[in-house]
Amino acid sequence: MMPDLGKYALAVLSAYGVSLVLIAAIVAQSVLRARRVRRELEKAEARHRNG
Amino acid sequence: MRAGGGFGLGLGFFLIVTVLVPFGVGAEAGVLATIAPGILWVGALLSCLLSLDRIFQLDWEDGSLDLLATAPIPMESVVLAKAAAHWVTTGLPLTLAAPALGILLNLPGAAFGWLTLSLALGTPALSLIGAFGAALTVGLKRGGLLLSILVLPLYVPTLIFGAETVKRGAAGLAVETPLILLAAITLGTLALLPFAAAAAIRINLR
Amino acid sequence: MASIWEYANPRKFLATTDVVLPWVTALAAITLVAGLIWGFFFTPDDYKQGSTVKIIYLHVPSALMAINAWLMMLVASLIWLVRRHHVSALAARAAAPVGATFTLIALATGAIWGQPMWGTWWAWDPRLTSFLILFLFYLGYMALWQAVENPDTAADLTSVLCIVGSVFAVLSRYAVNFWNQGLHQGASLSLDREEHVADVFYYPLLVSIAGFVLLFIALVLLRTRTEIRARRLYALAARERMGQGAAG
Repeated sequence: MMPDLGKYALAVLSAYGVSLVLIAAIVAQSVLRARRVRRELEKAEARHRNG
Repeated sequence: MRAGGGFGLGLGFFLIVTVLVPFGVGAEAGVLATIAPGILWVGALLSCLLSLDRIFQLDWEDGSLDLLATAPIPMESVVLAKAAAHWVTTGLPLTLAAPALGILLNLPGAAFGWLTLSLALGTPALSLIGAFGAALTVGLKRGGLLLSILVLPLYVPTLIFGAETVKRGAAGLAVETPLILLAAITLGTLALLPFAAAAAIRINLR
Repeated sequence: MASIWEYANPRKFLATTDVVLPWVTALAAITLVAGLIWGFFFTPDDYKQGSTVKIIYLHVPSALMAINAWLMMLVASLIWLVRRHHVSALAARAAAPVGATFTLIALATGAIWGQPMWGTWWAWDPRLTSFLILFLFYLGYMALWQAVENPDTAADLTSVLCIVGSVFAVLSRYAVNFWNQGLHQGASLSLDREEHVADVFYYPLLVSIAGFVLLFIALVLLRTRTEIRARRLYALAARERMGQGAAG
């Protein structure tokens, strides 16, 4: 299954590794911040309606 | 108009940077001569950067900027005058001091004229771009570091053409192309950036 | 006939993206995974570059999107300045970190690719250098958004910075070209079929590019939704402060 990368295996794998980590990081940051802001807004709006 | 101090400061910084370089890279005359054009241009650029946050800061703090905004002169002229004041207190002294520092760095004899000319042509662009950066950050309490981050990437073309002129002059090559491009950048910033800077000040004054 | 500007209404935008976003996200994930798996597992080695050619499926799409993200921010900034739609300014803000990440991926994969091909991790090659400068522009833009507290002032100032920055980014590109002739190869994609890379590499590359485009759209939609809510939160907090001030 794994293709034979030859002498450049390290370069190719590290390129894919670094890129996937960076993509995962921006996706995770976006999702976490989306959740946090959404929760905070719901709380603030509840306060706003009651108060 | 006040430019807010920094007159001696930028010059002193330029001197210190230039003096420090040989300690870092060694005193070999050939090496120094090769890097002198770049060091002198980068040194001048950093010295210029040092006093940028003063361009509008004092007038912002004591409210004169609000007065200037309501005065019957357009904000664009105020920006131009402020940038000119900054250039007279930093760009001009730096240009005049650069040949003396060139001697310290073993700059080849053919390059001295080009160094002075390129700085004289290029430093107005540095002041104008700096005035734009200062206009963006004028409302911020500690905008100094942010100002450098905003302005340094904008300085890249000016630095490239300025240093390239001196480098080619030192090597005895034709300098017309980088020199003309440097002049074009200065004229372009002179024509367009006052509008952007004035817009930024109006936004900050709202 | 609904005008496109209707989507500039924050409420309408939230309602629409609520429906659209899951589909875009799913499509982005499928396309990206398909493109990368096709590129990584099922393409031959290049006769000159060996297996390093597989890096192209990350390097070219991320570089492309790094520039397109900035262009999108420029257009959004102009729309904000002209028509004062909040969604537009917030979309520009939302796109910046995504664009910066793509720039970083392009730089990192470029450096890793350069090591075996050019014998050095970093060369001050015009294209690499331009991307480094682009990254600095992204940093400055995001820093200005962070620093200014009032969201409308921040939107205005960053829009002005984006426009001026775009002019200087183009200037830098040409200045850098003038300053150093590079090692970098020419365009990988071209309408002229003779010039661009061979078909076996071309089709998976197109799929990867589509994947990166969709990923960008999904992330920007998600982040714009977040920014809209954050702005509403800011407005509510400001109102509460004012209410307390009046009561006390």
